[in-house]
Amino acid sequence: MVLSIRNVTKTYPGQDPTSAVLRGVSLELAAGRTLALTGESGSGKSTLLHLAGALDLFDTGEITVAGTALSSLSDRERAALRRTKVSLVFQQFNLIPSLSVERNVALHAQLGERWDPKWGAEVMDRLGLADLRSRFPDQLSGGQQQRVAIARALALRPTLLLADEPTGNLDESSSAKVMALMLELVRDSGTALFLVTHSRSIASMLDQQLHLHHGRIE
Amino acid sequence: MIRAAFLALLSHWLRHPLQLVTLAVGLALATGLWSAVQAINSEARASYKQAEEQLAGLAGARLGPMEGSISLEQFARLRRAGWQVTPVLTGNVNFGDQAFDIMGIDLLGHPLSAALITEQGAPDLTALTPPGLLFAHPDTAARLTLLPDSPPLRAVEDVPRDLLIADLSLAGRLLNQSHQISYMQLLPTQRSGLQPLAELVPELRLDASGDAADTARLTESFHLNLTAFGLLSFAVGLFIVQGGIALSLEQRRAMLRTLRGLGLSLRLIVLLIAAELMAIGILSALLGLAGGYLVAAALLPDVSATLSGLYGAQIERGLELRPSWVLSGLGMALAGVFVAGAQTLYEVSRMPLLAAPASQARGQHVRRSYRLLAIAGVALLMLGAVILLVSEGLLGGFAFLSALMLGAALLLPQLITLLLSLAQRFTRGPFAGWLLADTRAQLPGMSLALMALLLALAANIGVTTMVSSFRLTFTAWLDQRLAAELYVTVRNDHQGAALQDWLAARDIPALPVRRADLRYEGLPLRVYGVVDHATYRDHWPLLDAKSDAWDRMFRHGAAMINEQMARRHGLKPGDDVALQSGWRAEVVGIYSDFGNPDAQAIVALPTLLAQIPGVPNRQFGLRVPEEEILPVSKAIRDAFDLPADAITDQRTIKMRSLAIFERTFVITAALNLLTLGVAGFAMLSSLLTLWAQRLPQLAPVWAMGLTRRQLAATELLRSLLLAAMTALLALPLGLALAWALLAVINVAAFGWKLPMYLFPADWLQLFLLALLAAALSAALPTWRLSRLDPADLLKVFANER
Repeated sequence: MVLSIRNVTKTYPGQDPTSAVLRGVSLELAAGRTLALTGESGSGKSTLLHLAGALDLFDTGEITVAGTALSSLSDRERAALRRTKVSLVFQQFNLIPSLSVERNVALHAQLGERWDPKWGAEVMDRLGLADLRSRFPDQLSGGQQQRVAIARALALRPTLLLADEPTGNLDESSSAKVMALMLELVRDSGTALFLVTHSRSIASMLDQQLHLHHGRIE
Repeated sequence: MIRAAFLALLSHWLRHPLQLVTLAVGLALATGLWSAVQAINSEARASYKQAEEQLAGLAGARLGPMEGSISLEQFARLRRAGWQVTPVLTGNVNFGDQAFDIMGIDLLGHPLSAALITEQGAPDLTALTPPGLLFAHPDTAARLTLLPDSPPLRAVEDVPRDLLIADLSLAGRLLNQSHQISYMQLLPTQRSGLQPLAELVPELRLDASGDAADTARLTESFHLNLTAFGLLSFAVGLFIVQGGIALSLEQRRAMLRTLRGLGLSLRLIVLLIAAELMAIGILSALLGLAGGYLVAAALLPDVSATLSGLYGAQIERGLELRPSWVLSGLGMALAGVFVAGAQTLYEVSRMPLLAAPASQARGQHVRRSYRLLAIAGVALLMLGAVILLVSEGLLGGFAFLSALMLGAALLLPQLITLLLSLAQRFTRGPFAGWLLADTRAQLPGMSLALMALLLALAANIGVTTMVSSFRLTFTAWLDQRLAAELYVTVRNDHQGAALQDWLAARDIPALPVRRADLRYEGLPLRVYGVVDHATYRDHWPLLDAKSDAWDRMFRHGAAMINEQMARRHGLKPGDDVALQSGWRAEVVGIYSDFGNPDAQAIVALPTLLAQIPGVPNRQFGLRVPEEEILPVSKAIRDAFDLPADAITDQRTIKMRSLAIFERTFVITAALNLLTLGVAGFAMLSSLLTLWAQRLPQLAPVWAMGLTRRQLAATELLRSLLLAAMTALLALPLGLALAWALLAVINVAAFGWKLPMYLFPADWLQLFLLALLAAALSAALPTWRLSRLDPADLLKVFANER
């Protein structure tokens, strides 16, 4: 399994333990497979994604990413895991405004010392970014920025791609196009995708769907 | 990995070059002014050192009398005990109307003698036989007009400027102090096991340093003043740097989060930002050092004039690149950038990975931090007051000033917030209400620049008040001290007596200026003998005196002393003072004596002549009616065949003195203006860097119906409002600073206290200057706003999520 989440709970500091965000969540995701997690606002979807991406710490249970148990990792080891095996795509794009499209795309792979210019060019090409290489994020539309964020994530050839409402800022038509491109690239690269979304139509495009309600998988 | 991450961080500056420029220029300005001051200080110190070396060991340890001069018996006692000492007589001689310091030495035993009397290896004994020989630096020799009965002169490179050296006997004759010794120079080679000096000659005092060290001691306060000014400029510059670094963090907060999300450890990010700060520090330091060199080169002539005017110290060298100030500048730039960036580095090191992006909605945090700053400010002000109460001297004074300035700067944001809240309470109308609220919202971004402006304005008010008060006091003092209308210098005592007869025959009152150079507790003391004349009783600037002071001085042998002597030795009216061995006089008055670093006393002329017969009688002040000045001058010149410069009228002397005074403060005025310039630049850099954050705040108001032109006008108005508030708050601070400079620093540095006068016209001028600086710094953002494309304002809404 690329991702294994076993009985994970999470409470934020100052929060009543009885109203934990996650209350014993478990799921598994195999290599090359795609999984959509839906749920209402505040159900804990993004929190679970952050935990899977080694961005935050859980209280109990265990999460394993590409065979590595996250509970035993130091801050530095968690950073190394994100640098080399896990990619993230967020609703807010999180591009570096002062870097060109091309350098934004290359950045994560370069940090992980896995930059393959050929593969990078192919990703950009397939996401329709070839002509936008030298532009800066503030010169792009929302859809273009999100495609850059996806290209950056996939240029690493991650084992696991985590996406949090990746098309939340886009209109329906752009959203469908971007999703289709992402899924195509994910499948071609053999990456496992764990996606969080409100949208049932987006969720339906993925291999597997789960619903989170009040911190529990239903 | 590190390269990619570092390039990503640095890419911010490529997209924000103006921010980088303001940051680098801010640090370069701070470093530049600091380096300029250090360069000037090192040059001056190198000059003193050179003068010391020219004295070839003369500035080493010496034995001086507690009072008066050393007797031959004391000299003989030391020699008999085996001590290698050589006698020195010092004083001041006049040739024409030129006065020179003269040093009489034993030409056969003094360390300098080899350089003076040996020509091509052969001893030259002409200096030892009548009429003797004077030695002077070629520059001094060129200025010296020898009288017909003067001994011959030889130019020698190794003699310091403005100093004459002669054999002890010749110097004694010229000074009318034959068989007297001012001090004894201890030679470098001494036998071991000698009887300690404290036992052998307990009545003598051992001074470890000599003339050159005296100069260094006297001028140290001036250099400390310059250093304080350099530090102030540096601190003002650091406000720009701190603001720039903090803004770059604010703008890169999302980038740093993303980089962490992409797998960069927090430690590496902190290290990379530190490396970035280091690179900026080095770049700015190089810029600043180059600028500092230019500023120092431009200011050095003025500093030289100041040192010469205040202390008679000379800087005779051009500016050199010295490792001391270059390294100090580099060190200060790097230390400065890390001090300014410390908070940013700390924030980055504590930044949670999933923190929400920074927003302006941090009002509570800002309010709390202002309160904390204000508490720290009040604590510093109280600490300053305690330092003032318990400590004395220059360092205590500067510690008080530092606490005062920093404390007031920390109080500023809270005070401005209070003023704005107060204004809001009395404001009617939505626009004015929004303007004041928006100004408060702008304050976090502007507060550092405003603190810098506060410091610069207060320094300006303080220093201007000090200089102007000094000028007023000095002018009044000159009027008092230079009461005679004409001053005449004749060639010799014989001619002096003839002139006195000539004046008496014409019923022109003459006030002889006769003086003797002595030493008091090892330090120079000049004693004037004056005749009983209403001029002194009516005009002499007494600070403190016994009720019948003049009568006691003219009839009972009492003395009046200058303020410097009184403060330095803790003397007051009623105390007894030993002017020289066997001559004690009661102190009956203390007078102000600006511009003189040494002790001075006046006694009745008969008293002086009774103690030191044969004091030269070559200078006179004449009381003549205004309309008689020219005819009397001409008649004296014709009757005694005197050169034109032997007779000077009071007005010329005053003009010269005031010119020296003005030159003395040129350096202060220049540094003042430069500091204000740096503060203006701080405002400009703040407004420019805040520009990017302004659109989200302005766009909604624009959408509600304000035109871009109106928005631009409000930007200008806001800057003016903040600058005006800061300038108003700078006034009490500046006056406190002026008081400290006049009553604390001046007393510690120069030995005189000055009254404080107020100059409201200067304040108004400075207030307008502050508004002008604010208007200029707001001009570019205002212009950009007035020409802003509506599409840019619309983007704010388009990007809102």
